[in-house]
Amino acid sequence: MSDTVLESQPDLLVDYDSGTQGDLRTEEMLINMGPQHPSTHGVLRIVLRTDGEMVLEAIPHIGYLHRCAEKIGENVQPYQYIPYTDRMDYLAGMNNNQGFALAVERLAGIEVPERAQVIRVIFAELNRIASHLVSLGTYGLDMGAFTAFLYCFREREMILDMFEAACGARLTYSAITVGGIHDDLPDGWVERCREFLDYFELKIHDYNNLLSFNQIFVKRTSRVGIMSIDECLAFGATGPMLRGSGLRWDLRKTQPYDGYETYDFDIPIAYPGGVNGVPEGVVVGDCWSRYYVRVLEMTESVRILRQAMDRLPDGPTEAKKTKNIKLPDDEVYVEVENPRGQLGFYVRGDGSAIPARVKARGPSFCNLSITTHVCRDVLLADIPAIIGSIDVVMGEVDR
Amino acid sequence: MAPEDIFKLLAGEFGDAVEGTSTDGGHPYVTIKPESWPDVAMFLLKNKKLRLNLLRSITALDLLADDKLACVYDLMHVPTDDAEALITETFEIAVRVVTERTTPVIPSVAHVWAAADWHEREAFDLMGIHFSDHPDLRRILCTDDWVGHPLRKDYEFPLEYHGIPATTEFELTNPRH
Repeated sequence: MSDTVLESQPDLLVDYDSGTQGDLRTEEMLINMGPQHPSTHGVLRIVLRTDGEMVLEAIPHIGYLHRCAEKIGENVQPYQYIPYTDRMDYLAGMNNNQGFALAVERLAGIEVPERAQVIRVIFAELNRIASHLVSLGTYGLDMGAFTAFLYCFREREMILDMFEAACGARLTYSAITVGGIHDDLPDGWVERCREFLDYFELKIHDYNNLLSFNQIFVKRTSRVGIMSIDECLAFGATGPMLRGSGLRWDLRKTQPYDGYETYDFDIPIAYPGGVNGVPEGVVVGDCWSRYYVRVLEMTESVRILRQAMDRLPDGPTEAKKTKNIKLPDDEVYVEVENPRGQLGFYVRGDGSAIPARVKARGPSFCNLSITTHVCRDVLLADIPAIIGSIDVVMGEVDR
Repeated sequence: MAPEDIFKLLAGEFGDAVEGTSTDGGHPYVTIKPESWPDVAMFLLKNKKLRLNLLRSITALDLLADDKLACVYDLMHVPTDDAEALITETFEIAVRVVTERTTPVIPSVAHVWAAADWHEREAFDLMGIHFSDHPDLRRILCTDDWVGHPLRKDYEFPLEYHGIPATTEFELTNPRH
Protein backbone atom coordinates (compact mmCIF):
# COMPACT_ATOMS: atom_id res chain seq x y z
CA MET A 1 0.00 0.00 0.00
CA SER A 2 1.51 3.29 -1.07
CA ASP A 3 1.66 6.35 1.13
CA THR A 4 -0.88 8.17 -0.96
CA VAL A 5 -3.50 5.54 -0.26
CA LEU A 6 -2.89 5.76 3.49
CA GLU A 7 -3.07 9.54 3.42
CA SER A 8 -6.44 9.31 1.75
CA GLN A 9 -7.65 6.82 4.35
CA PRO A 10 -6.40 8.08 7.72
CA ASP A 11 -8.76 5.74 9.52
CA LEU A 12 -6.46 2.81 8.79
CA LEU A 13 -3.52 4.31 10.65
CA VAL A 14 -3.34 2.77 14.10
CA ASP A 15 -1.45 4.52 16.87
CA TYR A 16 -1.00 1.89 19.52
CA ASP A 17 0.50 4.28 22.07
CA SER A 18 -2.58 6.44 22.40
CA GLY A 19 -5.02 3.63 21.66
CA THR A 20 -6.48 5.45 18.67
CA GLN A 21 -7.21 4.32 15.15
CA GLY A 22 -7.32 7.28 12.80
CA ASP A 23 -9.30 9.90 14.60
CA LEU A 24 -11.22 7.31 16.61
CA ARG A 25 -10.48 6.11 20.10
CA THR A 26 -10.81 2.39 20.66
CA GLU A 27 -14.24 1.95 22.08
CA GLU A 28 -15.31 0.90 25.53
CA MET A 29 -18.00 -1.72 25.44
CA LEU A 30 -20.40 -3.00 28.09
CA ILE A 31 -20.71 -6.77 28.04
CA ASN A 32 -23.36 -8.60 29.98
CA MET A 33 -22.04 -11.87 31.42
CA GLY A 34 -24.78 -14.10 32.79
CA PRO A 35 -27.24 -14.57 34.48
CA GLN A 36 -27.03 -17.90 32.68
CA HIS A 37 -23.37 -18.43 31.94
CA PRO A 38 -21.51 -21.73 32.43
CA SER A 39 -18.72 -20.21 34.47
CA THR A 40 -20.83 -18.13 36.87
CA HIS A 41 -21.92 -21.20 38.89
CA GLY A 42 -25.55 -20.22 39.16
CA VAL A 43 -27.58 -17.19 38.25
CA LEU A 44 -25.02 -14.44 38.67
CA ARG A 45 -24.98 -11.50 36.29
CA ILE A 46 -21.81 -9.46 35.89
CA VAL A 47 -21.72 -6.32 33.77
CA LEU A 48 -18.24 -5.90 32.34
CA ARG A 49 -16.90 -2.58 31.05
CA THR A 50 -14.29 -3.67 28.53
CA ASP A 51 -11.77 -2.07 26.22
CA GLY A 52 -10.67 -4.73 23.76
CA GLU A 53 -9.47 -7.69 25.82
CA MET A 54 -9.15 -5.68 29.00
CA VAL A 55 -11.86 -5.55 31.64
CA LEU A 56 -11.87 -2.11 33.23
CA GLU A 57 -14.68 -2.77 35.67
CA ALA A 58 -16.89 -5.69 36.67
CA ILE A 59 -20.12 -5.04 38.53
CA PRO A 60 -22.00 -8.07 39.88
CA HIS A 61 -25.79 -8.01 40.02
CA ILE A 62 -27.32 -10.53 42.40
CA GLY A 63 -30.75 -11.44 43.69
CA TYR A 64 -32.02 -13.81 40.98
CA LEU A 65 -32.57 -16.55 43.58
CA HIS A 66 -33.88 -14.30 46.34
CA ARG A 67 -36.58 -15.96 48.45
CA CYS A 68 -36.34 -13.77 51.55
CA ALA A 69 -35.48 -16.77 53.68
CA GLU A 70 -35.05 -14.45 56.66
CA LYS A 71 -38.75 -13.54 56.55
CA ILE A 72 -39.65 -17.23 56.50
CA GLY A 73 -37.53 -17.63 59.64
CA GLU A 74 -39.82 -15.16 61.44
CA ASN A 75 -42.87 -17.31 60.68
CA VAL A 76 -41.82 -20.86 61.59
CA GLN A 77 -40.29 -22.60 64.58
CA PRO A 78 -36.51 -23.20 64.49
CA TYR A 79 -36.82 -26.95 63.83
CA GLN A 80 -39.12 -26.12 60.90
CA TYR A 81 -36.58 -23.63 59.55
CA ILE A 82 -33.78 -26.23 59.28
CA PRO A 83 -34.90 -27.37 55.76
CA TYR A 84 -34.69 -23.76 54.55
CA THR A 85 -31.06 -23.53 55.64
CA ASP A 86 -30.29 -26.55 53.43
CA ARG A 87 -31.38 -24.56 50.44
CA MET A 88 -29.08 -21.62 51.14
CA ASP A 89 -25.71 -23.20 50.48
CA TYR A 90 -27.07 -26.26 48.73
CA LEU A 91 -23.60 -27.78 48.29
CA ALA A 92 -22.96 -27.76 52.04
CA GLY A 93 -26.36 -28.43 53.57
CA MET A 94 -24.95 -30.15 56.66
CA ASN A 95 -22.78 -27.16 57.58
CA ASN A 96 -25.75 -24.81 57.21
CA ASN A 97 -27.97 -27.02 59.39
CA GLN A 98 -25.20 -27.06 61.97
CA GLY A 99 -24.80 -23.28 61.98
CA PHE A 100 -28.49 -22.59 62.55
CA ALA A 101 -28.89 -25.42 65.07
CA LEU A 102 -25.94 -24.09 67.10
CA ALA A 103 -27.38 -20.57 67.13
CA VAL A 104 -30.76 -21.76 68.41
CA GLU A 105 -29.14 -24.09 70.96
CA ARG A 106 -27.04 -21.25 72.35
CA LEU A 107 -30.10 -18.98 72.54
CA ALA A 108 -32.35 -21.53 74.23
CA GLY A 109 -29.59 -23.16 76.31
CA ILE A 110 -29.98 -26.68 74.88
CA GLU A 111 -27.30 -29.26 75.64
CA VAL A 112 -26.37 -31.53 72.73
CA PRO A 113 -25.50 -35.16 73.62
CA GLU A 114 -21.92 -36.21 72.96
CA ARG A 115 -22.77 -38.81 70.33
CA ALA A 116 -24.73 -36.20 68.38
CA GLN A 117 -21.78 -33.80 68.51
CA VAL A 118 -19.40 -36.39 67.07
CA ILE A 119 -21.85 -37.35 64.32
CA ARG A 120 -22.27 -33.66 63.53
CA VAL A 121 -18.53 -33.34 63.05
CA ILE A 122 -18.55 -36.42 60.80
CA PHE A 123 -21.38 -35.03 58.67
CA ALA A 124 -19.88 -31.54 58.51
CA GLU A 125 -16.43 -32.72 57.46
CA LEU A 126 -17.78 -35.18 54.88
CA ASN A 127 -19.87 -32.36 53.47
CA ARG A 128 -16.81 -30.13 53.43
CA ILE A 129 -15.03 -32.71 51.28
CA ALA A 130 -18.06 -33.03 48.97
CA SER A 131 -18.34 -29.28 48.63
CA HIS A 132 -14.64 -28.83 47.89
CA LEU A 133 -14.85 -31.63 45.30
CA VAL A 134 -17.52 -29.66 43.43
CA SER A 135 -15.38 -26.56 43.74
CA LEU A 136 -12.26 -28.26 42.36
CA GLY A 137 -14.10 -30.09 39.59
CA THR A 138 -16.05 -27.14 38.28
CA TYR A 139 -13.04 -24.86 38.58
CA GLY A 140 -11.13 -27.25 36.34
CA LEU A 141 -14.10 -27.21 33.99
CA ASP A 142 -13.98 -23.41 33.84
CA MET A 143 -10.31 -23.59 32.96
CA GLY A 144 -10.96 -26.16 30.22
CA ALA A 145 -9.93 -29.33 32.08
CA PHE A 146 -12.78 -31.80 31.80
CA THR A 147 -11.16 -34.95 33.23
CA ALA A 148 -10.66 -33.77 36.80
CA PHE A 149 -14.32 -32.80 36.94
CA LEU A 150 -15.41 -36.39 36.28
CA TYR A 151 -12.95 -37.78 38.86
CA CYS A 152 -14.11 -35.29 41.50
CA PHE A 153 -17.77 -36.02 40.90
CA ARG A 154 -17.14 -39.78 41.07
CA GLU A 155 -15.87 -39.46 44.64
CA ARG A 156 -18.52 -36.90 45.56
CA GLU A 157 -21.16 -39.37 44.43
CA MET A 158 -19.89 -41.84 47.05
CA ILE A 159 -20.29 -39.23 49.78
CA LEU A 160 -23.79 -38.41 48.57
CA ASP A 161 -24.65 -42.12 48.63
CA MET A 162 -23.45 -42.32 52.23
CA PHE A 163 -25.53 -39.28 53.16
CA GLU A 164 -28.50 -40.86 51.46
CA ALA A 165 -28.03 -43.97 53.57
CA ALA A 166 -27.73 -41.88 56.73
CA CYS A 167 -30.60 -39.44 56.27
CA GLY A 168 -32.46 -40.19 53.05
CA ALA A 169 -31.52 -37.10 51.09
CA ARG A 170 -28.68 -36.41 48.69
CA LEU A 171 -28.38 -32.63 48.95
CA THR A 172 -31.02 -31.15 51.25
CA TYR A 173 -30.28 -33.24 54.31
CA SER A 174 -31.89 -31.51 57.32
CA ALA A 175 -29.99 -34.22 59.22
CA ILE A 176 -28.47 -31.91 61.83
CA THR A 177 -31.37 -30.43 63.73
CA VAL A 178 -31.93 -28.32 66.82
CA GLY A 179 -30.78 -30.35 69.84
CA GLY A 180 -28.77 -33.01 68.03
CA ILE A 181 -29.18 -35.01 64.86
CA HIS A 182 -32.40 -36.24 63.34
CA ASP A 183 -31.57 -39.94 62.91
CA ASP A 184 -28.83 -42.14 64.26
CA LEU A 185 -26.35 -43.71 61.84
CA PRO A 186 -27.53 -46.94 60.18
CA ASP A 187 -25.75 -50.25 60.83
CA GLY A 188 -22.43 -50.61 59.04
CA TRP A 189 -22.26 -46.93 58.10
CA VAL A 190 -19.05 -46.25 60.03
CA GLU A 191 -17.24 -49.17 58.36
CA ARG A 192 -18.45 -47.94 54.98
CA CYS A 193 -17.16 -44.47 55.76
CA ARG A 194 -13.78 -45.85 56.85
CA GLU A 195 -13.47 -47.74 53.57
CA PHE A 196 -14.31 -44.60 51.67
CA LEU A 197 -11.65 -42.58 53.53
CA ASP A 198 -8.95 -45.18 52.75
CA TYR A 199 -9.97 -45.03 49.11
CA PHE A 200 -10.38 -41.27 48.96
CA GLU A 201 -7.10 -40.29 50.57
CA LEU A 202 -5.18 -41.76 47.63
CA LYS A 203 -7.41 -40.02 45.11
CA ILE A 204 -6.23 -36.60 46.27
CA HIS A 205 -2.91 -37.38 44.55
CA ASP A 206 -4.86 -37.97 41.34
CA TYR A 207 -6.43 -34.51 41.54
CA ASN A 208 -3.02 -33.00 42.11
CA ASN A 209 -1.55 -34.81 39.13
CA LEU A 210 -4.51 -34.09 36.89
CA LEU A 211 -5.21 -30.51 37.84
CA SER A 212 -3.24 -28.84 40.63
CA PHE A 213 0.21 -29.23 39.09
CA ASN A 214 -0.94 -29.25 35.47
CA GLN A 215 1.19 -26.65 33.68
CA ILE A 216 -1.72 -25.20 31.72
CA PHE A 217 -3.87 -24.93 34.83
CA VAL A 218 -1.06 -23.32 36.84
CA LYS A 219 -0.42 -20.79 34.07
CA ARG A 220 -4.11 -19.90 33.85
CA THR A 221 -4.59 -19.40 37.59
CA SER A 222 -1.29 -18.17 39.05
CA ARG A 223 -0.66 -14.43 39.43
CA VAL A 224 -4.32 -13.82 38.65
CA GLY A 225 -6.78 -12.13 41.01
CA ILE A 226 -4.30 -11.50 43.82
CA MET A 227 -5.86 -10.50 47.15
CA SER A 228 -3.93 -9.46 50.23
CA ILE A 229 -4.96 -10.41 53.77
CA ASP A 230 -6.05 -6.83 54.50
CA GLU A 231 -8.16 -6.64 51.33
CA CYS A 232 -9.90 -9.90 52.24
CA LEU A 233 -10.65 -8.70 55.77
CA ALA A 234 -11.89 -5.30 54.58
CA PHE A 235 -14.42 -6.96 52.30
CA GLY A 236 -15.29 -9.64 54.85
CA ALA A 237 -13.92 -12.44 52.68
CA THR A 238 -13.23 -15.46 54.88
CA GLY A 239 -12.55 -19.18 54.72
CA PRO A 240 -10.35 -20.44 51.86
CA MET A 241 -10.11 -16.86 50.54
CA LEU A 242 -8.38 -15.67 53.71
CA ARG A 243 -6.27 -18.83 54.07
CA GLY A 244 -5.39 -18.58 50.37
CA SER A 245 -3.99 -15.14 51.15
CA GLY A 246 -1.77 -16.68 53.81
CA LEU A 247 -3.55 -16.16 57.13
CA ARG A 248 -3.85 -19.21 59.39
CA TRP A 249 -7.39 -18.38 60.52
CA ASP A 250 -10.19 -20.86 61.05
CA LEU A 251 -13.18 -20.61 63.37
CA ARG A 252 -12.82 -24.29 64.23
CA LYS A 253 -9.60 -23.25 66.05
CA THR A 254 -10.44 -19.76 67.31
CA GLN A 255 -14.03 -20.34 68.44
CA PRO A 256 -14.48 -24.12 68.51
CA TYR A 257 -17.97 -25.57 68.43
CA ASP A 258 -19.30 -29.14 68.66
CA GLY A 259 -16.02 -30.28 70.25
CA TYR A 260 -13.64 -29.26 67.45
CA GLU A 261 -11.09 -28.27 70.11
CA THR A 262 -10.60 -31.95 70.97
CA TYR A 263 -9.54 -32.97 67.44
CA ASP A 264 -6.00 -32.83 66.16
CA PHE A 265 -5.82 -31.09 62.80
CA ASP A 266 -3.91 -28.35 61.02
CA ILE A 267 -5.08 -25.28 59.16
CA PRO A 268 -3.42 -25.22 55.73
CA ILE A 269 -2.46 -21.88 54.21
CA ALA A 270 -1.00 -20.78 50.88
CA TYR A 271 2.74 -20.53 50.28
CA PRO A 272 4.57 -18.68 47.50
CA GLY A 273 5.99 -20.53 44.48
CA GLY A 274 8.95 -22.80 45.23
CA VAL A 275 8.06 -23.32 48.92
CA ASN A 276 6.47 -26.59 50.14
CA GLY A 277 6.13 -27.98 46.62
CA VAL A 278 4.15 -25.05 45.27
CA PRO A 279 4.85 -24.54 41.54
CA GLU A 280 7.06 -21.65 40.43
CA GLY A 281 5.13 -18.53 39.47
CA VAL A 282 2.47 -18.86 42.12
CA VAL A 283 1.97 -15.81 44.36
CA VAL A 284 0.26 -15.98 47.75
CA GLY A 285 -3.32 -14.77 47.38
CA ASP A 286 -3.80 -15.66 43.71
CA CYS A 287 -6.41 -17.99 42.24
CA TRP A 288 -4.15 -21.05 42.39
CA SER A 289 -3.48 -20.49 46.11
CA ARG A 290 -7.19 -20.37 46.90
CA TYR A 291 -7.74 -23.49 44.84
CA TYR A 292 -4.91 -25.41 46.48
CA VAL A 293 -5.93 -24.49 50.03
CA ARG A 294 -9.16 -26.39 49.34
CA VAL A 295 -7.21 -29.46 48.24
CA LEU A 296 -5.16 -29.37 51.44
CA GLU A 297 -8.28 -28.87 53.56
CA MET A 298 -9.70 -32.14 52.26
CA THR A 299 -6.71 -34.00 53.73
CA GLU A 300 -7.31 -32.35 57.09
CA SER A 301 -10.99 -33.26 56.94
CA VAL A 302 -10.00 -36.89 56.43
CA ARG A 303 -7.86 -36.66 59.58
CA ILE A 304 -10.75 -35.25 61.60
CA LEU A 305 -13.13 -37.90 60.26
CA ARG A 306 -10.83 -40.75 61.31
CA GLN A 307 -10.54 -39.37 64.84
CA ALA A 308 -14.28 -38.83 65.06
CA MET A 309 -15.02 -42.40 64.01
CA ASP A 310 -12.52 -43.80 66.51
CA ARG A 311 -14.19 -42.04 69.41
CA LEU A 312 -17.86 -42.34 68.40
CA PRO A 313 -19.55 -42.90 71.80
CA ASP A 314 -22.86 -44.61 72.50
CA GLY A 315 -25.80 -42.70 73.82
CA PRO A 316 -28.72 -40.53 72.77
CA THR A 317 -28.53 -38.49 69.57
CA GLU A 318 -31.03 -35.80 70.42
CA ALA A 319 -31.81 -33.55 73.36
CA LYS A 320 -35.04 -34.32 75.20
CA LYS A 321 -36.94 -31.31 73.91
CA THR A 322 -36.36 -30.09 70.36
CA LYS A 323 -39.75 -28.72 69.37
CA ASN A 324 -41.99 -25.97 70.79
CA ILE A 325 -39.07 -24.50 72.70
CA LYS A 326 -39.80 -21.09 74.18
CA LEU A 327 -37.02 -18.81 72.94
CA PRO A 328 -35.98 -16.31 75.66
CA ASP A 329 -36.13 -12.56 75.08
CA ASP A 330 -32.48 -12.44 74.06
CA GLU A 331 -30.33 -12.57 70.96
CA VAL A 332 -27.27 -14.50 69.72
CA TYR A 333 -24.94 -14.30 66.78
CA VAL A 334 -23.13 -17.56 66.06
CA GLU A 335 -20.66 -18.27 63.26
CA VAL A 336 -19.39 -21.61 62.00
CA GLU A 337 -16.72 -22.49 59.47
CA ASN A 338 -18.58 -23.38 56.30
CA PRO A 339 -16.57 -24.77 53.34
CA ARG A 340 -16.77 -21.27 51.83
CA GLY A 341 -16.06 -19.22 54.94
CA GLN A 342 -17.79 -17.94 58.02
CA LEU A 343 -21.48 -18.65 58.02
CA GLY A 344 -23.27 -16.61 60.66
CA PHE A 345 -26.78 -16.80 62.09
CA TYR A 346 -28.31 -14.02 64.16
CA VAL A 347 -31.36 -15.28 66.05
CA ARG A 348 -33.51 -13.11 68.30
CA GLY A 349 -36.25 -14.51 70.52
CA ASP A 350 -39.24 -12.75 72.05
CA GLY A 351 -40.52 -15.30 74.54
CA SER A 352 -42.53 -17.31 72.01
CA ALA A 353 -41.50 -20.45 70.12
CA ILE A 354 -41.09 -18.51 66.86
CA PRO A 355 -38.01 -16.25 66.51
CA ALA A 356 -38.55 -12.50 66.19
CA ARG A 357 -35.66 -12.20 63.73
CA VAL A 358 -33.43 -14.61 61.85
CA LYS A 359 -30.51 -13.27 59.86
CA ALA A 360 -28.11 -15.37 57.82
CA ARG A 361 -24.66 -14.04 57.00
CA GLY A 362 -23.60 -16.02 53.97
CA PRO A 363 -19.89 -16.40 53.31
CA SER A 364 -20.43 -16.36 49.53
CA PHE A 365 -22.28 -13.05 49.79
CA CYS A 366 -19.29 -11.37 51.40
CA ASN A 367 -16.73 -13.21 49.28
CA LEU A 368 -18.49 -12.10 46.10
CA SER A 369 -18.51 -8.44 47.15
CA ILE A 370 -14.75 -8.30 46.53
CA THR A 371 -15.30 -8.96 42.78
CA THR A 372 -15.41 -5.33 41.66
CA HIS A 373 -12.25 -4.57 43.62
CA VAL A 374 -10.27 -7.50 42.16
CA CYS A 375 -11.61 -7.56 38.60
CA ARG A 376 -10.15 -4.17 37.69
CA ASP A 377 -7.84 -3.96 34.66
CA VAL A 378 -7.66 -7.70 34.14
CA LEU A 379 -7.96 -9.74 30.95
CA LEU A 380 -11.40 -10.91 29.93
CA ALA A 381 -10.26 -14.54 30.07
CA ASP A 382 -9.23 -14.08 33.71
CA ILE A 383 -12.76 -13.26 34.84
CA PRO A 384 -13.91 -16.93 34.93
CA ALA A 385 -10.66 -17.80 36.72
CA ILE A 386 -11.27 -15.21 39.44
CA ILE A 387 -15.01 -15.83 39.88
CA GLY A 388 -14.42 -19.60 39.93
CA SER A 389 -11.71 -19.31 42.59
CA ILE A 390 -14.11 -17.38 44.85
CA ASP A 391 -16.38 -20.48 44.69
CA VAL A 392 -19.76 -18.84 45.15
CA VAL A 393 -23.04 -20.65 45.66
CA MET A 394 -25.76 -18.32 44.49
CA GLY A 395 -28.46 -19.93 46.61
CA GLU A 396 -26.70 -18.54 49.65
CA VAL A 397 -25.70 -15.18 48.14
CA ASP A 398 -29.34 -14.42 47.36
CA ARG A 399 -30.97 -16.35 50.23
CA MET B 1 -10.35 -8.05 75.27
CA ALA B 2 -13.66 -8.54 77.05
CA PRO B 3 -16.69 -6.64 75.70
CA GLU B 4 -17.08 -4.78 79.04
CA ASP B 5 -13.56 -3.35 78.72
CA ILE B 6 -14.25 -2.22 75.14
CA PHE B 7 -17.50 -0.56 76.22
CA LYS B 8 -15.67 1.25 79.05
CA LEU B 9 -13.01 2.42 76.58
CA LEU B 10 -15.70 3.73 74.24
CA ALA B 11 -17.56 5.49 77.05
CA GLY B 12 -14.33 7.19 78.10
CA GLU B 13 -13.47 8.22 74.55
CA PHE B 14 -16.86 9.31 73.25
CA GLY B 15 -18.94 10.03 76.37
CA ASP B 16 -22.48 10.95 75.34
CA ALA B 17 -22.29 9.13 72.01
CA VAL B 18 -22.69 5.86 73.95
CA GLU B 19 -26.39 5.51 74.68
CA GLY B 20 -26.18 2.30 76.67
CA THR B 21 -24.72 -1.15 76.90
CA SER B 22 -26.11 -4.65 77.32
CA THR B 23 -23.74 -7.25 78.73
CA ASP B 24 -25.96 -9.78 80.50
CA GLY B 25 -27.47 -11.37 77.38
CA GLY B 26 -26.02 -13.88 74.93
CA HIS B 27 -24.88 -11.11 72.62
CA PRO B 28 -23.20 -8.18 74.41
CA TYR B 29 -23.66 -4.95 72.52
CA VAL B 30 -23.18 -1.21 72.88
CA THR B 31 -25.69 1.30 71.55
CA ILE B 32 -24.19 4.26 69.70
CA LYS B 33 -25.95 7.45 68.56
CA PRO B 34 -26.35 7.48 64.75
CA GLU B 35 -24.59 10.83 64.22
CA SER B 36 -21.44 9.64 66.06
CA TRP B 37 -21.34 6.18 64.52
CA PRO B 38 -18.79 6.83 61.69
CA ASP B 39 -16.31 8.37 64.17
CA VAL B 40 -16.77 5.48 66.61
CA ALA B 41 -16.41 3.00 63.74
CA MET B 42 -13.14 4.57 62.64
CA PHE B 43 -11.92 4.42 66.25
CA LEU B 44 -12.86 0.72 66.54
CA LEU B 45 -10.88 -0.04 63.39
CA LYS B 46 -7.84 2.16 63.99
CA ASN B 47 -7.33 1.92 67.77
CA LYS B 48 -4.21 -0.18 68.40
CA LYS B 49 -5.78 -2.12 71.26
CA LEU B 50 -8.99 -2.94 69.36
CA ARG B 51 -8.30 -3.19 65.58
CA LEU B 52 -11.74 -4.65 64.88
CA ASN B 53 -10.87 -5.26 61.24
CA LEU B 54 -13.57 -7.75 60.24
CA LEU B 55 -17.15 -6.54 59.84
CA ARG B 56 -18.94 -9.87 59.92
CA SER B 57 -22.53 -8.89 59.51
CA ILE B 58 -25.04 -6.06 59.61
CA THR B 59 -28.42 -7.19 60.92
CA ALA B 60 -31.33 -4.82 60.43
CA LEU B 61 -33.96 -5.06 63.17
CA ASP B 62 -37.55 -3.86 63.22
CA LEU B 63 -38.36 -2.82 66.80
CA LEU B 64 -42.05 -2.25 66.13
CA ALA B 65 -43.01 -2.02 69.82
CA ASP B 66 -40.62 0.94 70.33
CA ASP B 67 -41.43 2.40 66.90
CA LYS B 68 -37.74 2.17 65.97
CA LEU B 69 -35.48 0.48 63.43
CA ALA B 70 -31.98 -0.65 64.33
CA CYS B 71 -28.81 -2.06 62.82
CA VAL B 72 -26.61 -4.53 64.65
CA TYR B 73 -22.97 -4.51 63.52
CA ASP B 74 -21.01 -7.65 64.45
CA LEU B 75 -17.31 -6.93 64.59
CA MET B 76 -14.32 -9.16 65.13
CA HIS B 77 -10.61 -8.69 65.67
CA VAL B 78 -8.45 -10.83 63.37
CA PRO B 79 -4.76 -10.60 64.29
CA THR B 80 -2.64 -10.27 61.16
CA ASP B 81 0.81 -9.53 62.61
CA ASP B 82 2.09 -13.09 62.31
CA ALA B 83 0.28 -14.76 59.44
CA GLU B 84 2.24 -18.02 59.65
CA ALA B 85 1.27 -18.74 63.25
CA LEU B 86 -2.03 -20.41 64.06
CA ILE B 87 -4.45 -17.85 65.47
CA THR B 88 -6.33 -19.08 68.53
CA GLU B 89 -7.12 -15.83 70.34
CA THR B 90 -9.66 -13.30 69.20
CA PHE B 91 -12.44 -11.09 70.50
CA GLU B 92 -15.66 -9.72 69.15
CA ILE B 93 -18.25 -7.08 69.99
CA ALA B 94 -21.55 -5.92 68.59
CA VAL B 95 -22.68 -2.36 68.06
CA ARG B 96 -26.30 -1.34 67.81
CA VAL B 97 -27.41 1.88 66.13
CA VAL B 98 -31.07 2.79 66.62
CA THR B 99 -32.98 5.15 64.36
CA GLU B 100 -36.50 6.48 63.95
CA ARG B 101 -39.02 4.33 62.14
CA THR B 102 -40.58 7.14 60.11
CA THR B 103 -37.34 8.58 58.67
CA PRO B 104 -34.71 5.91 59.26
CA VAL B 105 -31.25 7.30 58.50
CA ILE B 106 -27.91 5.91 59.69
CA PRO B 107 -24.56 7.23 58.41
CA SER B 108 -22.77 4.75 56.18
CA VAL B 109 -19.56 3.06 57.33
CA ALA B 110 -18.62 1.73 53.89
CA HIS B 111 -15.51 3.93 53.98
CA VAL B 112 -14.41 2.22 57.22
CA TRP B 113 -15.11 -1.40 56.28
CA ALA B 114 -15.58 -2.08 52.56
CA ALA B 115 -17.78 -5.05 53.51
CA ALA B 116 -20.41 -2.61 54.77
CA ASP B 117 -21.19 -1.60 51.18
CA TRP B 118 -23.23 -4.71 50.34
CA HIS B 119 -24.52 -5.29 53.87
CA GLU B 120 -25.94 -1.76 53.98
CA ARG B 121 -27.51 -2.18 50.57
CA GLU B 122 -29.17 -5.34 51.88
CA ALA B 123 -30.47 -3.53 54.97
CA PHE B 124 -31.75 -0.72 52.73
CA ASP B 125 -33.43 -3.20 50.40
CA LEU B 126 -35.10 -5.44 52.95
CA MET B 127 -35.66 -3.07 55.89
CA GLY B 128 -35.72 0.37 54.26
CA ILE B 129 -32.98 1.99 56.32
CA HIS B 130 -31.25 4.82 54.45
CA PHE B 131 -27.50 5.03 54.82
CA SER B 132 -26.30 8.59 54.27
CA ASP B 133 -23.07 9.02 52.27
CA HIS B 134 -23.24 5.46 50.94
CA PRO B 135 -21.39 5.30 47.59
CA ASP B 136 -24.08 3.33 45.73
CA LEU B 137 -27.27 2.87 47.74
CA ARG B 138 -29.74 0.87 45.65
CA ARG B 139 -31.62 -2.38 46.05
CA ILE B 140 -29.42 -5.48 45.96
CA LEU B 141 -31.65 -8.55 46.32
CA CYS B 142 -35.12 -7.39 45.23
CA THR B 143 -35.75 -5.91 41.79
CA ASP B 144 -35.39 -2.15 41.42
CA ASP B 145 -39.14 -1.62 41.02
CA TRP B 146 -40.11 -3.63 44.13
CA VAL B 147 -42.57 -1.87 46.42
CA GLY B 148 -41.93 -1.90 50.16
CA HIS B 149 -39.32 -3.50 52.38
CA PRO B 150 -40.11 -7.18 53.09
CA LEU B 151 -38.47 -7.54 56.51
CA ARG B 152 -40.59 -4.80 58.13
CA LYS B 153 -43.06 -6.31 60.55
CA ASP B 154 -45.94 -4.36 58.98
CA TYR B 155 -44.99 -5.30 55.40
CA GLU B 156 -47.96 -6.13 53.23
CA PHE B 157 -47.44 -8.93 50.76
CA PRO B 158 -48.09 -7.74 47.20
CA LEU B 159 -51.17 -9.34 45.67
CA GLU B 160 -49.83 -9.05 42.14
CA TYR B 161 -46.52 -8.45 40.44
CA HIS B 162 -46.44 -7.07 36.88
CA GLY B 163 -49.89 -8.48 36.21
CA ILE B 164 -49.11 -11.89 37.73
CA PRO B 165 -51.65 -12.52 40.51
CA ALA B 166 -50.33 -13.93 43.78
CA THR B 167 -53.70 -14.16 45.53
CA THR B 168 -53.95 -17.97 45.36
CA GLU B 169 -50.75 -18.41 47.33
CA PHE B 170 -51.80 -15.66 49.69
CA GLU B 171 -55.04 -17.38 50.56
CA LEU B 172 -53.27 -20.67 51.17
CA THR B 173 -50.77 -19.25 53.61
CA ASN B 174 -51.46 -17.13 56.60
CA PRO B 175 -48.33 -15.13 57.40
CA ARG B 176 -48.08 -14.09 60.99
CA HIS B 177 -46.84 -10.58 60.14
